[in-house]
Amino acid sequence: MKDKKIINRMNAEPFKKRKNLSNTAVLLLITISLFVLLYVISLFMFADSNFAKYSVFFNLFNNKAYLLMLALGLTVVMITGSIDISVGGVTGLISMVIAAMLMGGVVSAMWTIPVALGIGLAFGIVQGYLVAYLDIQPFIVTLSGMFFARGMISVINTQSVPITDQLFMSWSSAKLYIPFLFNERRNGTRDIAYLTPAAIVAILVLIVMIIVLKKTKFGRSLYAIGGSTQSALLMGINVKRTKFLAHVLCGLLAGIGGLLYTLFAPSGNPGNGYGYEIDAISSSVIGGVMLTGGIGLPIGTLFGVLINALIERVVPLLGIVEASWPRIITSAFLFAFVVLQSVLVSASQKGGFKLMLPEWLRLGSKNNARHDI
Amino acid sequence: MNKLKPLAKSLLHSRLTFSLVILLIVVVQNIITTPTFFNISITNGLISGYIPDILDEASLLVIVTMGMTLVIAATGGVDISVGAIMAIAASFCGLLLNGPEYRTDVFHSPYLLALLVGLLGGALCGAFNGFLVSGLKIQPMIATLILFTAGRSIAKQITHGQTIYIMNPVFKWLGVQIPGIPIRTTIIVSTVIVIIVALLTRLTSLGLYVQSVGINGSSSRLVGLNSRAVKFMAFVICGVLAGVAGLVGSSSLGSVNSGELGLGLEMDAILAVALGGNMLGGGKFSIAGSVIGAYTIQAITTTLYAMNVRADQLNVFKAIIIIIIIVASSDVFKEKIRKLTRGVFGKNVSIGG
Repeated sequence: MKDKKIINRMNAEPFKKRKNLSNTAVLLLITISLFVLLYVISLFMFADSNFAKYSVFFNLFNNKAYLLMLALGLTVVMITGSIDISVGGVTGLISMVIAAMLMGGVVSAMWTIPVALGIGLAFGIVQGYLVAYLDIQPFIVTLSGMFFARGMISVINTQSVPITDQLFMSWSSAKLYIPFLFNERRNGTRDIAYLTPAAIVAILVLIVMIIVLKKTKFGRSLYAIGGSTQSALLMGINVKRTKFLAHVLCGLLAGIGGLLYTLFAPSGNPGNGYGYEIDAISSSVIGGVMLTGGIGLPIGTLFGVLINALIERVVPLLGIVEASWPRIITSAFLFAFVVLQSVLVSASQKGGFKLMLPEWLRLGSKNNARHDI
Repeated sequence: MNKLKPLAKSLLHSRLTFSLVILLIVVVQNIITTPTFFNISITNGLISGYIPDILDEASLLVIVTMGMTLVIAATGGVDISVGAIMAIAASFCGLLLNGPEYRTDVFHSPYLLALLVGLLGGALCGAFNGFLVSGLKIQPMIATLILFTAGRSIAKQITHGQTIYIMNPVFKWLGVQIPGIPIRTTIIVSTVIVIIVALLTRLTSLGLYVQSVGINGSSSRLVGLNSRAVKFMAFVICGVLAGVAGLVGSSSLGSVNSGELGLGLEMDAILAVALGGNMLGGGKFSIAGSVIGAYTIQAITTTLYAMNVRADQLNVFKAIIIIIIIVASSDVFKEKIRKLTRGVFGKNVSIGG
C-alpha cells in the first residue's frame, strides 16, 4: 500500500515540480508580509494610543466588511480581464433604496435582503449581458451603470434619509463577542473584541469565494479566460457564459456589499458609496490582482482590504488633521506597492530574481526533497 | 444608385454614424422645442445663443478628450487622472498669480509665466503617469489611479486648502473673452487645440506611431519604433492638454477651486472617445470622431438641462442614452439586425454589409 503511494507520487513528480514561486504567490506573499509589517510597526508606534488591542484588529473587519465584498467582486471580474466600476454607485443606490423602503415603517426589514441582492443581481445581469454577449467594452458599460445608479439615487431622494427601523437597527448594532479576547481598560472594565453580523457574513462569503475560485470548474475557467481567451476557447470553455457569470457574481457581491454598508452606516445619503469602486480596485490591486487578468487570489484581496483599513485607522493617529492628507498617503502607498509589484514580477519573469526563502518556506517545492526515495 | 450603395455601406459600417445620428436627433429635438435654437445675438460684445453656448460649455471636454484619444490609442488604457491634473495645473497658476493672498486683483507674477508654469505642472503629471506606464509597465488605469486619488489633495496643498479668487480682469481673458474679440475664448482655444492635435497626428508621424504602438506594441518595437517613448509622449501630451483645460476652466470661473474643477470630466472624456467610434482597446483612432463624441455628450447634457432635468438626475438619462448608442453601434448587434433583415427581405437586401 505504502509502496503504491510512493510510486504514484513519483509518477506525479514531473508535473508537480516548480522551482520558482509563481507570480500569484509572489504577489500574495508581498501583500501579506506588508500587512504584517505595517501592523507590527503600528503596534510599536502607537503603543500608548490604545492601538495594541484585540478589538482594534477585529474592527478592521467590522469597518470594511462592505469593502471586502466589493473588492471580491472586482477580483472576480478582474481575473477574467474585465472591470466593473459601478459597484460604488450600486452600494449607494442600495443604501438609499433600503432607507426609503424602511422610512414608512410598513415594510419589514426582512425584505431589505432580497431587495439589496436583487438590485445587485439586476446590475450584474444587464452589465454582464452587454459585456459578454454584445461584446461591448466593460469600462463603458459599467461606467454607464455607475452613472445610472448615481442618478437613480437622487431620483429617489436628494436628502439624507435616516433609518430608524428597529429590526434593521438591531442587526446593525448586534455584536458577537469573542471569548477570551479582551483588554482591561484603565477604569477596570473590559474591552472585548467583537464581530458585527456584517463582518461574519463577509468572512463567510470570503470562504465561499476562496472555495469557488480554487475548486470549482467555474472558478478555474475564470483564470483560464483571464490568462488567454483564445486558449480558453480552444479548451472548450464557454467564454461568453463564464464572463457573463463573472459579472453577475460581481453584481451579487456588490448587492451584499451594499447591504453590509447600510448595516455599517444606517442611513440613505446621496453621497453614499462615492468613489468606493476606486477603493475596491486599489484593494484588489494591492492584494495582487492584475488588471490584465489571470492573476489574483481572494485571500490576497482580503489583505488588500485590511491594508486599506489599517491605513485609514493609522493616519489619524499620526496627528494629521487636515482632511486631504489621508488620500495622499493612501495613494503614495498604492504607488509604492504597484511599483514594487511591477519590479518584482518583471524581475521574476526574466529569471534574474529569486526569492531567497529557506527551503521549508518555498511554496510548491515541498516535493523536491523526495527525489532520493 | 450604384455609387450610393458603397457610401451607404460604409456609413452603416462606421461606428461614428450612430453618434452623428444621435447628435442630429438632439439638434432636431432642440429645434422643435426651442424655436430660438439658431438665433445668435450679441450681448456685451459677445456672440451668444444656443449653439455658441453648447460650443462654449463643451470646450473643456473637447480639450481633455483630445489628450484622452491619444492615450487610449497608444496604450489601450485610460487616463483617469485628467480631472485631477486640471486642478493641479490651475492651482500652480493661481498660486503664482495671487502669491500668498486668496483674493486679490494684482498679479504677483507675470501672467504668461503663470500660464506656462500651469502647463508645466500638467506636463509633469503626464510625465509621471507616462513613466509608470511605459517605464514600469503598470496598467494605465492603475497608474493614473494614483494621481486620480491624490491629485486633488495635492492641488489643495498647493493652494493651502483655500479657493483662490483672482479678480484681475486679465485672468478672464482665457476663459471668457479677450477684449475686442466677439467670440468666447473657450471656443477659440478648443478649436485651436483640435486643429493642432489633428495636424500633429496627420502631418507628423506621431499619429502613425501612436496607432502602430496601440495595435501591437511589441511588433512596432521590432520594426524599430520606440514604443515606450511613444506611450510616454501620449501621456505627456494628455497632461499638457489637461493643464490647458484646467487653466481655461479656472479662468472662466475666475477662481481656482481644486475640489470642483474638472470633477468627473475624465469619465465624460472616456465616453466621448468611445462614442466617437474609437476602440478603447487601442490602435486606430479618429480625432474627428472624438470631437463629435464630445459635442454629442455636451448637446445631450444641455438639452436635458433645458428640459428641466435636475443636474444630479441627469446621469440616469445620460446612462440610458449612452447604452443605447453603444449597443446599437456594437458589431454583434449589427450582425443580429442583419440576420433579421435577411430573413425578412431575402438574401439580396443587406443592411450594414
